[in-house]
Amino acid sequence: MKYVILIYSNPRTWETLPEAERARVLGIHDRLLGEMRESGELIRVDGLTDPTTTKTIRSRDGLPVVTDGPFGEAKEQLAGVWAIDVDSLERAIEIASPITDYDVVEIRGLMDLSGYEM
Amino acid sequence: MTGNRTVVRDADVEGLLRDLAPQVLGALVRRFGTFDTAEDAVQEALLAAAVQWPADGIPDNPRGWLLTVASRRLTDQLRSDVARHRRESAAAALLPPEALVVPAPAETDEGAAESDDTLTLLFLCCHPALSPSSQLALTLRAVGGLTTEQIARAFLVPDATIGQRISRAKQTIRAAGGRFERPPETEWAGRLEVVLQVLYLIFNEGYTATSGPDLQRPDLTAEAIRLARDVHRMLPDDPEVTGLLALMLLTDARRPARTRPDGSLVPLDCQDRSRWSRPMIHEGTALITAALARGPAGPYQLQAAIAAIHDEAPRAEDTDWAQILVLYETLEVVAPNPMVTLNRAVAVAMVRGPEAGLELLAALEVDPRMAGHHRLHAVRAHLLERAGDTEAAAAAYRTAARRTTSLPERRYLETRAARLEG
Repeated sequence: MKYVILIYSNPRTWETLPEAERARVLGIHDRLLGEMRESGELIRVDGLTDPTTTKTIRSRDGLPVVTDGPFGEAKEQLAGVWAIDVDSLERAIEIASPITDYDVVEIRGLMDLSGYEM
Repeated sequence: MTGNRTVVRDADVEGLLRDLAPQVLGALVRRFGTFDTAEDAVQEALLAAAVQWPADGIPDNPRGWLLTVASRRLTDQLRSDVARHRRESAAAALLPPEALVVPAPAETDEGAAESDDTLTLLFLCCHPALSPSSQLALTLRAVGGLTTEQIARAFLVPDATIGQRISRAKQTIRAAGGRFERPPETEWAGRLEVVLQVLYLIFNEGYTATSGPDLQRPDLTAEAIRLARDVHRMLPDDPEVTGLLALMLLTDARRPARTRPDGSLVPLDCQDRSRWSRPMIHEGTALITAALARGPAGPYQLQAAIAAIHDEAPRAEDTDWAQILVLYETLEVVAPNPMVTLNRAVAVAMVRGPEAGLELLAALEVDPRMAGHHRLHAVRAHLLERAGDTEAAAAAYRTAARRTTSLPERRYLETRAARLEG
């Protein structure tokens, strides 16, 4: 089953962390990604640029209007996306759990093009 | 190793390579005794052949060609392993280099062992220590002769992901003490069950794909049927092997009618039955009839028998649901599982009316394996619709649509709901 692990992070929290603590947390990320690469569970991994670089596009009077900054006011913003292919949801939860010291993580299933006639 | 220069199609080469892959790997493993490195060497030989044969023609002895090339790769690999070992350990230096240099393979031996090897390889690739996704990938490469790239395309993941999955699988087999030999009598039945499960998973992976005839994606349905035929040829007296092959044929017969050109799903009772494959239905029906005559039926035989009854009905309303119900009742005793109960509920509804089916579903709703499963809600929706409770049916279709992970299923369920709401 394919999932994406969506990592939401507060850039302010991250900036105030001591160097050593940041390195410790990033070390956990590297370890998990290495394990998943090794086991053939990782599809791809992407980090996102700072939320201040976001462009949000909405339609106003039928025309697209581009504004700077993210959609919504949440402090936590999407910071990274891991796409994985694992045997169970439990395994996806196990993978994502160690990276939640400062970040909030969402796990979402990817829709599949296969299906059974009913 | 002179090749005849006739023009060959890529498809011919590919078919030949698929057939030869397990034979060459089997011969190599018996000679060298190392499954994981031999498997890599065969993969390299297959890739070399896929490039050279279409250009230069198929060699006179294709199997010998592959065996020679793979042996050479393997010998190189073993030599470099020894060299590394020498650097790492003084004791290994005592080993004479000739000990690992392998004689060129004879071209004529081992013919009789070929089919045996394929089955032994299947047992190894479907080792119980592996996860299903690893069993699938390894089986497709080592026994099916597919390349890493083709397997990756079939599962819509990067090549590196499948490559790693296969090398991890081989490590796991080694660590678990898996060997290239038939399982002992005491483990035989259980191990064969895993092999059949893996073949059925490969089949379903291909069968449920709705994206139409995608030339870039290998046809896993055909691959699974080919492997099931191999196993059936080697174990013609095993009724469950026969049952699985029959089930695949009787299911795949309906494939041309199960989706529309846009990929949307057509339910069984609305399919254009003239598009079902008659030859596959005949073959599957003959197989299952013979297998059932042999005595008590296992789960694959029962499912094949159910598929045969559907396939034999000229119109959906001619379906012999009473017989299907008996078969599901038997299946539930032989292999109890909530999915079987769910299907039995459909058969009950067809025989005794939707209310009777809905009653059976109520029991499933408290089963933690089924509660919240989209199929349960989809079946409830269909039965409510038949019972005339339009509002509840629409709600159940909506719930099912939200729970499925399949886009075509979601589209189908949303359409059903919208029709009732409109």
